[in-house]
Formats: sequence, C-alpha cells, structure tokens
Amino acid sequence: MIRVQREDFDVGVELERLAAGNHRIGGVASFVGLVRDMGGGERVSALTLEHYPGMTEKKLGEIETEAHRRWPLDAVLIIHRYGRLEPGDRIVLVATASPHREAALAACHFLIDWLKTDAPFWKSEETPAGERWVEARDDDEAAKERWSD
Amino acid sequence: MKLLYFAWLRARIGCAEEEIAPSPEVCDVAGLLDWLRSRGPRYAEALRDLSVVRVAVNQNYVGLEHPVREGDEIAIFPPVTGG
Repeated sequence: MIRVQREDFDVGVELERLAAGNHRIGGVASFVGLVRDMGGGERVSALTLEHYPGMTEKKLGEIETEAHRRWPLDAVLIIHRYGRLEPGDRIVLVATASPHREAALAACHFLIDWLKTDAPFWKSEETPAGERWVEARDDDEAAKERWSD
Repeated sequence: MKLLYFAWLRARIGCAEEEIAPSPEVCDVAGLLDWLRSRGPRYAEALRDLSVVRVAVNQNYVGLEHPVREGDEIAIFPPVTGG
C-alpha cells in the first residue's frame, strides 16, 4: 500500500495494522526516515519536500510491485510525507511483512534504496545562509545499483 | 503539450506549469530542450547543464532521444532527493 500525505503517521499503529489478522506473517521489518538538523555542514532548521503528484504514486507503486516480484511478501507499506518538516519529524516509513525475516529485511532495504533514486521528491533546506535545494548523492545511486539483477 | 517544472528548475524558470506548442521540427526530448533554451535567458540558464536535468514523459523517466507529441505531459526536474 502506498500513501503520500502531508500529515504525520504513527509507526506503531501502522506496523500493527500491516500484520493484523494474517498469521502467516512471521516478521515485520521497517525503516523510518527522519529530518536531520545538519546538511552539507550547515544547521538545518526545517526542510520542505515537494513532489510530482501522480508520478509519485505511480513510481512508488512500481517499486512495490518489484519488491513483491523479488521476495515472498505478505504486505508492503510505503508512507512518504511532503510539505514543511522540522528536525526530528518523520519523512518516510517503509515496512514489509513476510513469513520469514530474510525476505522482510531485504525487501525493506531494497525499497528505501529504490525510493531514494526513483520517487520524484525534492528537498529544500532552510539554513542560516538561506534556503537551498538538496543535491542528489552519488552514493544513493550506488546503493540502488546493489540491487540490480 | 503540457510542461511541468519542479524544484530549482521551477524556481529558475519562474513557473510551475505551462501549455506550449513548439515548432513542428521538435520531435524528441533533446529537440524540446533546445527549443526551450531558445525561449529566453531563464530557460537557457536553467537547462544549461543537462547532467542535472531529468525528464519524464507521461510520468515515465525517459532519455533525450524519447519522442514527444502533442498531448504529452512532460516534466522537467533535477535528480530526485526524497526518502
């Protein structure tokens, strides 16, 4: 399931709901991305996430389908926020549920790596020197390449 | 065709979305970017370095050789930084 939203989410509630009623599931893995207070050596007081409505949901849906193709998963959840966020705020939740831990952990790692390079989101940071757009990182691309088959 | 701009490309070009009718010889993404650059200094500056420009046609990432047609939704943006 994919959700793109401005509002915060409750990690505990979401993880519980993911596995509720399905007793085949033996493990739930999750990744929560948070806003850091430093970026490029400067203090960040807030960031604003912009996205491409329509394409965002499409790309996240494709990533979810690819994870299901690669691993035996009972459930996948991706929640990604947009709008203005402050240090410590949650940005993203990726959670996977499977009968066994290997598939859940690997798929969760795969999903966040792919999301970073494929989902059309952009971050702008507020720093003492002014507002600036975050630049894409080469190591994010390298992290995705790990999963190429 | 409908053009969408995001992040610093939107800021530099000065608009988020516009409807355009490029000259008939524009038939692929490379041609479209050339045509846009000829529209004025804001476009020329924003689209100067294609290593930091990504393009999606009808919400799919595409390369410079991808065809563009009447009715397409074409988005132009920097490399993504979500997650």
